[in-house]
Amino acid sequence: MANDTLTAIEPILDQYKGAARDALIPILQEVQEQEGYLSRDSIRVIGERLRLPTSKIYGVATFYNQFRFQPKGKYHIMLCRGTACHVKGSKKLLDAATRLLKLEPGQTSRDRLFSLEVVACMGACGLAPVININGEFFAKVTPMKLAKIIEQCREKEVVHAEA
Amino acid sequence: MINIVANGQKIEAREGETILTALRRAGIKVPTLCHMEDLTPTGACRLCVVELEGAQNLVPACSYPVAEGMKIKSHSARVLAARKTIIELLLASHPDDCLYCARNNKCELQSLAAELGVRHRRFYGTYTKKPLDISGLSLQRDPEKCILCGRCVRVCEEVQTVSAIDFIKRGSKTFIGTAFDQGLNVSSCINCGQCAVVCPTGAIVERSYVDQVMAALADRSKYVVVQHAPSISVTLAEEFGYKPGLDVDGKMVSALRWMGFQRVFDTSFSADLTIMEEASELVHRVQNGGVLPMMTSCSPGWIKFVETFFPEFIPNLSTCKSPQQMLGALIKSFFAEKQGIAPEDIVSVSIMPCTAKKFESGRSEFQQNFLPDVDYVLTTRELGQMCRMFGIEFDKLAPEAPDTPFGERSSAGKIFGATGGVMEAALRTAHLLITGKEMDELKIAALRGLKGRKETTIDIEGLNVGIAVVNGLGNARRLLEEIKAGRNDLHFIEVMACPGGCIGGGGQPLGLDKEAVQRRMKALYKIDTEETLRQSHNNKWVKRLYEEYLVKPLSERSHHLLHTHYSQRELLR
Ligand code: SF4
Ligand code: SF4
Ligand code: SF4
Ligand code: FES
Repeated sequence: MANDTLTAIEPILDQYKGAARDALIPILQEVQEQEGYLSRDSIRVIGERLRLPTSKIYGVATFYNQFRFQPKGKYHIMLCRGTACHVKGSKKLLDAATRLLKLEPGQTSRDRLFSLEVVACMGACGLAPVININGEFFAKVTPMKLAKIIEQCREKEVVHAEA
Repeated sequence: MINIVANGQKIEAREGETILTALRRAGIKVPTLCHMEDLTPTGACRLCVVELEGAQNLVPACSYPVAEGMKIKSHSARVLAARKTIIELLLASHPDDCLYCARNNKCELQSLAAELGVRHRRFYGTYTKKPLDISGLSLQRDPEKCILCGRCVRVCEEVQTVSAIDFIKRGSKTFIGTAFDQGLNVSSCINCGQCAVVCPTGAIVERSYVDQVMAALADRSKYVVVQHAPSISVTLAEEFGYKPGLDVDGKMVSALRWMGFQRVFDTSFSADLTIMEEASELVHRVQNGGVLPMMTSCSPGWIKFVETFFPEFIPNLSTCKSPQQMLGALIKSFFAEKQGIAPEDIVSVSIMPCTAKKFESGRSEFQQNFLPDVDYVLTTRELGQMCRMFGIEFDKLAPEAPDTPFGERSSAGKIFGATGGVMEAALRTAHLLITGKEMDELKIAALRGLKGRKETTIDIEGLNVGIAVVNGLGNARRLLEEIKAGRNDLHFIEVMACPGGCIGGGGQPLGLDKEAVQRRMKALYKIDTEETLRQSHNNKWVKRLYEEYLVKPLSERSHHLLHTHYSQRELLR
């Protein structure tokens, strides 16, 4: 497991040979870009390379909202908290999402079906409040509508499982 | 020399120092929370603010450098109001839990609130609901009581170079946590408890086993025995307001008996035994081309540090168990057999200066037939707590002697409590093993004192032994890096995880006072100077134990009961 991670992120780390602490953020970004999230193994490997304790890396990474520490779910829900969406009630929508999915932003459900991410602005302000699931936009989402969307995803899975 | 004026009085300050240092030297008390002597100032809490003439805002004394002619007010109405507000703001997001808190009466936040006259809740904030972390055997963390002063983080990073914990997230969501916010038990924490010693509040405290021990004492079907580590007798009195450095050995024994412990043993006895085994192991390694430098193994925080960060040095660790675990193993084997008590009916308690000893006693290496060799480990602080529960008044106690067969000790075993002590004790015996003669001068001055690293070479009849003594894991880390880089003049290294050794242990009476540690050290060496029995190999009960049971150092039975092996630990699993 650790070795797989090492092989996978080695090329990224090699670009930063001899780099010090200030290379941490770009490295974390590239690793997340490639792996989809920051795993324990990647954080340990990065720590060994940069000679940084894992707690420090985790602390730095959690300082920013952009990093996630769990792999994305099959349905990756991005919820916009930009100004336009905020005005149109995205806070309520976020509350509904965390309640319905039993997830906090950045988390992935145990069955790996859903993951939730909060983003600043998706550049789709006309559709506010907007969410995006695996690339597909959903416009003017209300908590009711969100519940339906989530339900539909779940149903699809049940059908898959039965088929 | 710089002249500054504080509260209208001229005081002298030194170039480059902070206002706080200058004021404290002049006897002016300025409260602090985040400040720590010798470690990076962060200026996080602002409690130390003072009024500086010419400056618009109050300045933090702990990080503001002095300058010629400065005029400072340390206790003006404005300053006091600011300090009070700071405490009130901290309390806004703090649970009202003092009555149930492990730090009740010993809490800096609590006493500051009292000192500054906080009488009611002025601000209401929400506090982050986070569960207690009781995953570890040594320490427990209550994030709700954390005021984010960062003292624990700095001690763990700068003194111990472990960095098990750090600030996680940001803004109002910030908390102190481990990598991936896991429990301490699976983190890289080595359980030294230095964070608990410096934490101003009840946010990090030892896992207490007082209740379990009380229950065992009340259980008539159990035979409850206790051992106390070398340093406890010179620190326990501080729990009752005595000056550091008072030795209450005999009184502590009577206190323990009064509480109902059926046998009171001295861990210094098994420290003597450790020396017999460890000195023999050293001589064996030197004469047979074994792995060198050999490193001591009595500090369990150090052991976990090696297992986690320097597994390549595991073969260098002495295979000797720590004195606590040696005695634990003997109590449930030799002693149980001799007394005709079933090991499962014995409850074996130990009083240690150390939180890592709690973790050590729970390690699977230290069990026989699924029974732990040591059942409960209490810190000096917890023993203080028990003494208070039992209403014990030290000045009224008559000293008593500990019990056989593990009660006698040499002063070599006693000085284990101070950094350098194990080394000195081991050399006394190694000298005899190599030359057949006692050392002339027992005191090795180069190995004494609180310095982080001490080195010397000892000539034992032509055999030059390179020696290093380090305390605090940052110092250990630097030495290991040197050895990794090729340094090869050392044969024997003593490492204690805590600054100063056990006298500065994570289970000792609270306070950030270096002078206290100094006094505790003096007390131990005074015992050594005044003692006639000063070598472990002359302890007649140790000799008897070998004759009756263990045969000789490194015998098969010794190996079985007194030695062990360690293995690598993965980070972040
Ligand atoms: S940490 Fe201090 S102030 Fe907070 S509840 Fe405990 S004793 Fe009271
Ligand atoms: S016990 Fe020691 S290693 Fe563990 S968090 Fe505290 S200071 Fe760090
Ligand atoms: S746990 Fe204690 S020492 Fe650490 S930041 Fe919180 S209050 Fe300060
Ligand atoms: S003690 Fe000076 S800012 Fe905290």
